[in-house]
Amino acid sequence: MSGNHESVVRDPLILGDKTYHQMTEDICRPIEGKANKYWWISFVIAFTAMIWGIICLSYTIGTGIGAWGANKTVGWAWDITNFVWWIGIGHAGTLISAILLLFRQRWRMSINRSAEAMTIFAVICAGLFPVFHTGRPWLDYWMFPIANQFGSLWVNFNSPLLWDVFAISTYFTVSLVFWYLGLLPDLATVRDRCVTPAKKFIYGLLAFGWKGTARDWHRFEEVSLVLAGLSTPLVLSVHTIVSFDFATSIVPGWHTTIFPPYFVAGAIFSGFAMVLTLMIVARKVLSLEEYITIQHIELMNKIIILTGSIVGVAYITEFFIAWYSGVQYEQYAFMNRMFGPYWWAYWSMMTCNVITPQLFWFKKLRTSVMATFIISIFVNIGMWFERFVIIVTSLHRDFLPSSWVMYSPTYIEVGIFVGTIGLFFTCFLIFARVFPVIALAELKSILKRTGSQYLKK
Amino acid sequence: MAKRIYGIYEDEEVLMDAITSLKGNGVVCKDVQSPFPIHGIDKLLDVPRTRIAIVSFMFGITGTSLALLMTWYMMISDWPINIGGKPNMMFYMNLPAFIPVTFELTVFCAAHGMALTFLLRSKLLPGVTAPIPHPRVTDDKFVLHVDVKDENKLNEVVSLIKSSGASEVMLKSMQFS
Repeated sequence: MSGNHESVVRDPLILGDKTYHQMTEDICRPIEGKANKYWWISFVIAFTAMIWGIICLSYTIGTGIGAWGANKTVGWAWDITNFVWWIGIGHAGTLISAILLLFRQRWRMSINRSAEAMTIFAVICAGLFPVFHTGRPWLDYWMFPIANQFGSLWVNFNSPLLWDVFAISTYFTVSLVFWYLGLLPDLATVRDRCVTPAKKFIYGLLAFGWKGTARDWHRFEEVSLVLAGLSTPLVLSVHTIVSFDFATSIVPGWHTTIFPPYFVAGAIFSGFAMVLTLMIVARKVLSLEEYITIQHIELMNKIIILTGSIVGVAYITEFFIAWYSGVQYEQYAFMNRMFGPYWWAYWSMMTCNVITPQLFWFKKLRTSVMATFIISIFVNIGMWFERFVIIVTSLHRDFLPSSWVMYSPTYIEVGIFVGTIGLFFTCFLIFARVFPVIALAELKSILKRTGSQYLKK
Repeated sequence: MAKRIYGIYEDEEVLMDAITSLKGNGVVCKDVQSPFPIHGIDKLLDVPRTRIAIVSFMFGITGTSLALLMTWYMMISDWPINIGGKPNMMFYMNLPAFIPVTFELTVFCAAHGMALTFLLRSKLLPGVTAPIPHPRVTDDKFVLHVDVKDENKLNEVVSLIKSSGASEVMLKSMQFS
């Protein structure tokens, strides 16, 4: 076959001279074997954190959002910070599965499955915050345009908050469908390897009777391509609309046209950091080093440099425009960010988001697993602070100096945030034991192009 | 009554060459089951190009129309409200504020409509039993489906498949040799 050969200058993406059968064995091993000690330790920690979150959330529901530190001036605080942070993390999964598919980047195939799973879990965590921020979550169906008994009053389609309802629900369901359709062939592989009848039955149900005929594969590939084409503008629109929640207001520090691209770049930046954090642990624990190679980590680090630099430029542009606009309220908002009472949040953001990713210009650091892991944690923290700085510093000194206040979270709010981290990792750990964490079928189709033994020839 | 023969192959390149040579000998290759998509096999098997992208487009414009109808009815026709001084007397004047929702509903309908169509068209639903002629067809084996109309030619076709590189040949759930 002539089309099967890759340029000799490319490094292999699959190491260890694999055969198709060996790949099946390697990737099904975590599902078929018993969980090891590290899995159980992580699971217990994550599950405990999740339970703590549920307790704090129950307290909030019973008491009302007065249990939080948010007040009249700082009405959006810790909760919306977390919402934007989690949604942003989700964006890397869609970028890897959709945008890199359109660009025909083959290295995405080793990481897309788990990155998409991460997207779904992150969006679940994100969704919790606005749902409970409404204060009376049992009335949240009011957010949908349904005819109601209070007179035919409809939802407000002029409001970015309603756009968010549509954007997040579309994003969540489309990501879920994209992820699950991709899983079908791999679930069929697991089904056909199952020994016990109970497992065979369950995986048989989950695999939807996948048989892998030429016609199925033909349609499958077309569906993946079209879904990628639909998801690409979708993912950009979701964070654009999230940024509209801020940008369409008149609050100094929020009312800027740079927000949509700045938020999208920030989202991808934080998402890749989370993918790296997860993948570096997962490749070790599930022994997938031959599939998620140093080259994969290096390529992701390059995306971190790019998006991190875009975010850095955006910070500086915001500052410049605040000065250049001549609007003193805007100027004050930005001076207050830098040197006001929340200076420490601002400078943590600057250090973590603008300075640390620039270390990846050194090849030694971007090919080092340890350095990547540490920097990815820094980026996760930095991006959380970015949302905190945007929300809290812009609000806490608003139009009337008499209503200027400080904001600090209560342990209930912190507990809910810790709980969502617990929920995220609980879901991810269960995913790693139940579903194939690597898109097996896709990866097999590139073995002869990028497998190490084929490139040697 | 046509007989269905399964030729089991170990490698997709051997399989592709086999299909070409078998077709040259007048053997009817109906389908292939494989653990991953094989590029270029659609042409060999004369699989017609799927129209699922058109389906997606149709669902997409349905979504657009629904969204426009909904926003027009709710915000302009049924209960117009002056919100922040935004013009709400004419649909086209208020339209910019409705674009995000229209876009999201377009994507929603296009994606889900296409996904459902794909599942129904390929008969993929929970509870469906997959016809798996060889247990490793989702692992590393490639199965070629051949139909033989004339039973007298059965042995001839079997030997043709074997000489084309198949490791095993099966006759519809019965092992041949």
